[in-house]
Amino acid sequence: MTEIFDLITVGLFASAIRMATPIAFAALGGIFSERAGIINIGLEGMMLTCAFGAVAATHFLGNPWLGVLAALIIGALLGLLHGLITIKFVGNQIVSGTGINILALGLTAYMSQIIWGSRGASDAVQGIDPISIPILKDIPIIGEIIGVHSPLVYILILAVAISYIILFKTPFGLRIRAVGEHPAAADTAGVDVFKIKYYCLIISGMLAGFGGAFLSLGHLNLFAWGMTGGRGFIALAAMIFGGWMPLGAFGASLLFGFSDALQMRLQTLGILPSQIILTIPYILTIIVLAGVIGRVNPPSDYKPYKRE
Amino acid sequence: MQKVFETMKVELKKITPQLIAIFIALLVGSIVLLATGFSPVEAYGALVIGAFGDIYGVGQTLTQATPIIFTALAFLFAFKAGLFNIGAEGQFLVGALAGAIVGISFSGLPTIIHIPLALLAGAFFGGLYAFIPAILKTKFGAHEVITTMMLTYVAIYLTGYMVTDIFKAPGWVSQTPLISPTAELPRILPPTQLSASLLIGIFLVFLTYYTLQKTVLGYEIRAIGFNSLAAENGGINVKKGLILSLVISGALAGIGGAGEILGVHRRFIDGFSPGYGWDGLAVALIGGLNPFGSFLAAILIGVLRSGGMTMNRVTGVPIDIVTILQALVILFVAAPVFIKHLIRRGKKYD
Repeated sequence: MTEIFDLITVGLFASAIRMATPIAFAALGGIFSERAGIINIGLEGMMLTCAFGAVAATHFLGNPWLGVLAALIIGALLGLLHGLITIKFVGNQIVSGTGINILALGLTAYMSQIIWGSRGASDAVQGIDPISIPILKDIPIIGEIIGVHSPLVYILILAVAISYIILFKTPFGLRIRAVGEHPAAADTAGVDVFKIKYYCLIISGMLAGFGGAFLSLGHLNLFAWGMTGGRGFIALAAMIFGGWMPLGAFGASLLFGFSDALQMRLQTLGILPSQIILTIPYILTIIVLAGVIGRVNPPSDYKPYKRE
Repeated sequence: MQKVFETMKVELKKITPQLIAIFIALLVGSIVLLATGFSPVEAYGALVIGAFGDIYGVGQTLTQATPIIFTALAFLFAFKAGLFNIGAEGQFLVGALAGAIVGISFSGLPTIIHIPLALLAGAFFGGLYAFIPAILKTKFGAHEVITTMMLTYVAIYLTGYMVTDIFKAPGWVSQTPLISPTAELPRILPPTQLSASLLIGIFLVFLTYYTLQKTVLGYEIRAIGFNSLAAENGGINVKKGLILSLVISGALAGIGGAGEILGVHRRFIDGFSPGYGWDGLAVALIGGLNPFGSFLAAILIGVLRSGGMTMNRVTGVPIDIVTILQALVILFVAAPVFIKHLIRRGKKYD
């Protein structure tokens, strides 16, 4: 037992935050999309493509922040693609998302082979260095956990706050929620339903872009095949677990990030099989969806909107 | 004769959007190839030669197609009831492990008993694994898209755990021991790996068609998928229909998993499935959500995969172009209005 307690260190919490960051970005992306009434299971692929784009842009342009910019642009374009298929061409949301996921896997491996001659991993590029927050970093324990991180971690915290404000304190957010909950009523009230949906998908893709950029430039400083490893799907779980609320999804991401970090450390000890711990986020989500811990209601019925 | 041509014309018309989607995907694929300095003619040529050129190519094509036939049937069976079972991968893995365990647990059983037993175990546990989301859907209203997706990951990790711990063969690889020779499905095109699992898949294509089109259960399932409220009013037990369709869907994927183990790998190796379950979704859609169409679409994916390897060897085009093509077909099939738009445009110029 003492061995398990030895694992609970400040380092564990700091690494939990790092693990949670890409999940939380994508979960925020999921919230924007679903609040506007569109399921986005393509988050996984969007994140993967953006992780690749971030490294490729850094490789060619030499500046990791330009890599982040590239990730945001790619994310926006993929969000737009999902929008075109599901809104303009009234395609099925699940099918479109699955297509984007498969496209991402193929395209990134293909381009990785073209650029670096290896479909497994890219060359290392310049990453984004962690920054330390003055004053905060000097507080004992807390400073060690949250004081020194990649700037993208702090951008995430801002993004959580801004997402909450946009969704719940601005007219734009009210429109988004109206479009998701009752598109016909929103339309009658003069809201441009389709435009709002497009905006939300673009935001969704850009948030996935931040997540992808963090994965490749904030962690390993390279792109590896399939490096998202299902985090986009965990993000959907975090979104549901957090009740489609930014702060809730952030909390759920931290929980899942923590179980991921713990799992990696337990692996070295070999007490509890890592695979069992890895199932926790998924099982928790199923339990939440089944309404065992109070009912959660999706913010929309996700039906494509057609003007009567 | 006239009649045959008429029916063929009708049938072809049904899959026109799919054929157009494949054509556009190949076209976009050529652009990708050209942009990255390859000749599409050479690449596609090598692909076709690789897939059909010799017995190895044909064997490889059909071997690659086999597991996807099962997972495509699984997806389409649930879809007919209006359910999105995107967790065929999980049910496939659970069925595969069940088949492997039955395969290694008995020795000395007659083959004629051992093989069906292992396949049935795959069907049973695959079905059982799909029973979970079925109950969550009908009793608790949990959306099957999310639950089946989450359960897929649970299956990946749990089967992984089982073969790194409980059922692990000696050595450093996470895999079970080899199954007994009595459980081995025969290889039907030696020296390739193509196994009798393909024949089971073809049989199930017909059985699925028959069940959906000619039986009461099939009628009820389609009625539920068409309009569950009307079906309910018409006296159909909707909950029962939903549960049955999802369980049968899981069983189809499960048999596919077991067949893959008994016929090709002969043991469960952690991570042996490159995503056959996800392919099933794609293939069912490319096949127009029809059992026979799905069979043809599975063969198409088999051609791409097996020909892709040759193309990679001969022309140096990264094998991943195949994945890109597959994704493009899905995206174009996903947007039926886009295809219709194109067809209408095309007609204008006629």
